[in-house]
Amino acid sequence: MRTIADIDREIDAAPATREAAAEARRLLALAEEVLEAWVRARGGEPTQGEREGFRLLALHRQGADGLPSFNACRETCREIAYHYNLLAIPSAEGEAARRAAMMGLLVRHLALFVGGKLEVEKLGDFCCASTPVRRADN
Amino acid sequence: MSETKSRYQRVAYYPGCALEGTGHAYNRSTKAVGKALGLELDEVKNWNCCGAMEVKNVDPKVQTYLSSRVLSIAAHEMKADVVMAPCNGCYHNLKKAEHDLAHDGASREVVAAIAGKAGDKPYEAGTVETIHALDWIKHGIGEAGLKARVKNSLAGLKVANYYGCMYTRPRHIFPEKDKGPGTESTSKPHFMDDLLAAAGAVNVDFPLKTACCGGAHTLSDSDVSTRLVLNILRAAEAAGADVIATECPTCHSGLEMHQVRAEKVLGQKTRVKMLYFTQLLGVALGLSPRAVGVHENVSDGLEALRARNIA
Repeated sequence: MRTIADIDREIDAAPATREAAAEARRLLALAEEVLEAWVRARGGEPTQGEREGFRLLALHRQGADGLPSFNACRETCREIAYHYNLLAIPSAEGEAARRAAMMGLLVRHLALFVGGKLEVEKLGDFCCASTPVRRADN
Repeated sequence: MSETKSRYQRVAYYPGCALEGTGHAYNRSTKAVGKALGLELDEVKNWNCCGAMEVKNVDPKVQTYLSSRVLSIAAHEMKADVVMAPCNGCYHNLKKAEHDLAHDGASREVVAAIAGKAGDKPYEAGTVETIHALDWIKHGIGEAGLKARVKNSLAGLKVANYYGCMYTRPRHIFPEKDKGPGTESTSKPHFMDDLLAAAGAVNVDFPLKTACCGGAHTLSDSDVSTRLVLNILRAAEAAGADVIATECPTCHSGLEMHQVRAEKVLGQKTRVKMLYFTQLLGVALGLSPRAVGVHENVSDGLEALRARNIA
């Protein structure tokens, strides 16, 4: 199993092909690998299921189970899925390259968020969950 | 005039702590834009901290009390029915207090007990409506009204709108959102986009508009925050933005601070500038950049405005 840092380095690797759909598949697979690492770190087995046609979204849901602060990366995952779909549509080469670059930045944000969260459990807590530190006292 | 528009013409104003410190330019520009648009602000008397994250992480019910006290003053002492909070953290916490007091008996008991000791009148859920500065201008003036008042169009200025995380999360404390046309979306917020487009700006497609910036850990785990912010700045530049428009003092100062830190610590320079959406609207309404505090920002937004012949 690769670390988040390994996956992060892979994002900028030169694409093996200039075909946009293939690059989209590569980036989507990296995003899935990031979430697999998160699920495994919490003692789970990454799902092979899909939501709305994407395993990525099913993995996000699995990763957020019982941890609402993980929803801080929900829109990032949905944007990755959106950009994957955009890259499946034929477009001018420059436009496809721009979309692929943006998808790469989205995958990097997911990797940074999950990598940060593996180090700092409460990352994302203020914004979306506000989990009290002393839950047992409340 | 619609009932909502009528109620938003004069609102109780809760600036919160950040707008008296690092977000001073946001305070200045919010007041200046309100004045230029003919919208009135009555600052909440003797307001206190909303509880932010510090109190909330120690005891969330004390945070509920602190936020509810602000609402109570607005309701009982000022007879206001709308409180406007421009800071995402304050807005989030007031909405959370409203939700907790409406749905959680234990929160009501704690608030009543603390209010009793403090000599306050406990706040009752549903008495006042909490809104953000975006709601205030969007519904109090609207895009058509704004467009009619523009004296210095933002034409040509490419803007990435960054809403941050607290404006839309968690969904359940914002029951008025996601109600279809005319309402705000929690997954793809657009009120800031709408207002700046009305002022002439070109909104770029910015997929990280609600992404986490690591703001809550900006001091304890600076490297995590710096890398998250750097990625947001790079995405804005990749989208072609001249500026990132913000609507939260914490987001704004986080983006500015970590832009500087990314260059110093990581050697990664980005050029995109940060401006509060109220600063951009103020300039569009004919106010000088100084009048809306552009000179108080760390990021040199004036340079971006001058490059497009807007200032």
